Amino acid sequence: MKNEWPLWEIFIRGQHGMSHRHVGSLHAPDAEMAIKNARDVYTRRNEGVSIWVVEARHISATAPGDKGPLFEPSESKVYRHPTFFDIPEEVGAM
Amino acid sequence: MTRDEAFLQFLLRMGDNTLILGHRVSEWCGHAPVLEEDIALANTALDLIGQTQMWLGLAGEVQGEGKSADDLAFLRDVWDFRNVLLVEVPNGDFGRTLMRQFLFDAWHSIMLGRLLKSSDERVAAIAEKASKEVAYHLERSGDTVVGLGDGTEESHKRMQEALDYLWPYVGEMFASDEVDAEMVAAGIAPDPTGLREEYDALVGKVLGEATLTIPDSRFAHKGGRDGRMHTEHLGHLLTEMQWLQRAYPGATW
Amino acid sequence: MYAQMIKTARTGVKPREEMSEQERAFQDKIDAGIKIEPRDWMPDDYRATLIRQIGQHAHSEVVGQLPEGNWITRAPTLERKAILLAKVQDEAGHGLYLYSAAETLGESRDELIRLLHEGRMKYSSIFNYPTLNWADIGAVGWLVDGAAIINQVALQRTSYGPYSRAMIRICKEESFHARQGYHAIMKMAFGTPEQKKMAQDAVNRLWFPALMMFGPSDKDSVHSEQSMAWKIKVKTNDELRQQFVDQTVPQIEYLGLDLPDPNIKWNEERGHYDFSDPDWSEFFDVIKGNGPCNVDRMNARRKAWDDGQWVRDGLLAHARKKAAAKVAAE
Repeated sequence: MKNEWPLWEIFIRGQHGMSHRHVGSLHAPDAEMAIKNARDVYTRRNEGVSIWVVEARHISATAPGDKGPLFEPSESKVYRHPTFFDIPEEVGAM
Repeated sequence: MTRDEAFLQFLLRMGDNTLILGHRVSEWCGHAPVLEEDIALANTALDLIGQTQMWLGLAGEVQGEGKSADDLAFLRDVWDFRNVLLVEVPNGDFGRTLMRQFLFDAWHSIMLGRLLKSSDERVAAIAEKASKEVAYHLERSGDTVVGLGDGTEESHKRMQEALDYLWPYVGEMFASDEVDAEMVAAGIAPDPTGLREEYDALVGKVLGEATLTIPDSRFAHKGGRDGRMHTEHLGHLLTEMQWLQRAYPGATW
Repeated sequence: MYAQMIKTARTGVKPREEMSEQERAFQDKIDAGIKIEPRDWMPDDYRATLIRQIGQHAHSEVVGQLPEGNWITRAPTLERKAILLAKVQDEAGHGLYLYSAAETLGESRDELIRLLHEGRMKYSSIFNYPTLNWADIGAVGWLVDGAAIINQVALQRTSYGPYSRAMIRICKEESFHARQGYHAIMKMAFGTPEQKKMAQDAVNRLWFPALMMFGPSDKDSVHSEQSMAWKIKVKTNDELRQQFVDQTVPQIEYLGLDLPDPNIKWNEERGHYDFSDPDWSEFFDVIKGNGPCNVDRMNARRKAWDDGQWVRDGLLAHARKKAAAKVAAE
């Protein structure tokens, strides 16, 4: 199907101060129309203040098989999380 | 003609334009060339229906006979309608629908821009809300006209045909009569004739980008905005739109 | 449901001892409630079954625009027109989300649409019934969307990540559909005698087709087991149908309408309503293409697609020209 409109991934910032989040995909002939289509498809209920679009074929992703080496090493670094440290209550909020 | 009579006519013109065009655009729901366009057209129609509720709501208020926007939309006959002929012609193909949308949006956005400064604050408030919606309509219809005009050979041909068919309906949007004179005097609305220059510049730029040729003739069909002679199409549209209200008078829905 | 009669490639569940190591690991993941994502390994049958199910679900949303769209231009007030248009537009959106989910499995949207138009894929039987009076619009929202929601709420827990996420978004948007439908039919049931007649007519005509949406009885549904094991399907047809009846009967009574089936009776012992089975021969006729609207629905979809070809091609050609001009300028 060489004449199918390309697929775009849509990212929307829901509120000021938040990150853009992936909300879904759609088809559009080019980036400008992808943004307009995203406005019409994904913000019908007042869901956005900013839109990013990326053509799906330009996204690089981790391979499922790499999950172990990529993500498991961080599991042992518990000291990166605040709950690792016991601080006496008397010290107050921290 | 008193000022209120003229004001009522003006409000019916604004509200009937959005009512009839919104109805036409809504006919596409479920039948558009691609899902994204189907959804976008529905958004445009929804905006226009919302604007209708505001314009005709205010019209009912000014008229002072206790009529609601629904009463005005569903219980008037053809000769009472004040929309321009452009918005009542049938949709045709997607190209004609979008060309009509663009030709109307361009006028609509310029008109609403002027109405922001209306001496009547109710009018200014409606224009404030509607102008943001219409700015988007214009961007979208303009882009689509450019894309299809400068697309394939076939799409170019169809868009040129659409423009040739619709162009004689453009002039009516810029006609002036005693209603307009009264509105100008009251500072409520601008003289439509005065919007033409800006319109021609805007439309000329987009149609140029679309590689389309504006017909030479300035001939303009008239009869919609004063209700003297609508097209045959409006009666059919109203037959469909008003059927339930007419068949079951007095029911609430 | 929106995906009725989905055939898995085999009947019955593959026994564990016949599974390869990869298949066992896959099944363990599903059993542990871990979602399967697009790039994960999956059995070919799982992929094929999902494409059929999600595709059929997507087709149902898009074909489902037609019966309700039938009344947009005849809606009796401006507000009803806007509500109905927004609702039918949502169905288009849901179709779009679902096609996107199917695309993550490697099947393009255009290809799925082609299969539908060639009659090689199906959509829910319910949309082959006509909408004949304005109360049908209320009844479709209330009964049809009500039935769909029961299934879709369950499917939020389905094993395939993109399908589950589409369902979550859809359920969030759907919540207004059933309510607007009930609200519309309430106005009529409590309105003039003619309006009440329309409401009763709509409920009588749409009740059994709505029950059919859940698919044939479990004892006749040979394809469910593997789908249940894969958590593509989460509850059985009969469970979902009973849930729908139990929830809907009191709503009909509230409207003061006659029940559309004389055998509906509360069964104290079971703690559920008893009810008559739909006419399954009618169901299979509709599935085969002999429902009241099958031909019209497909013709309308094919016409929209074929008439739109020049538009899709035109906009794409323009985008390519623009991109080429940009490259040339750089």
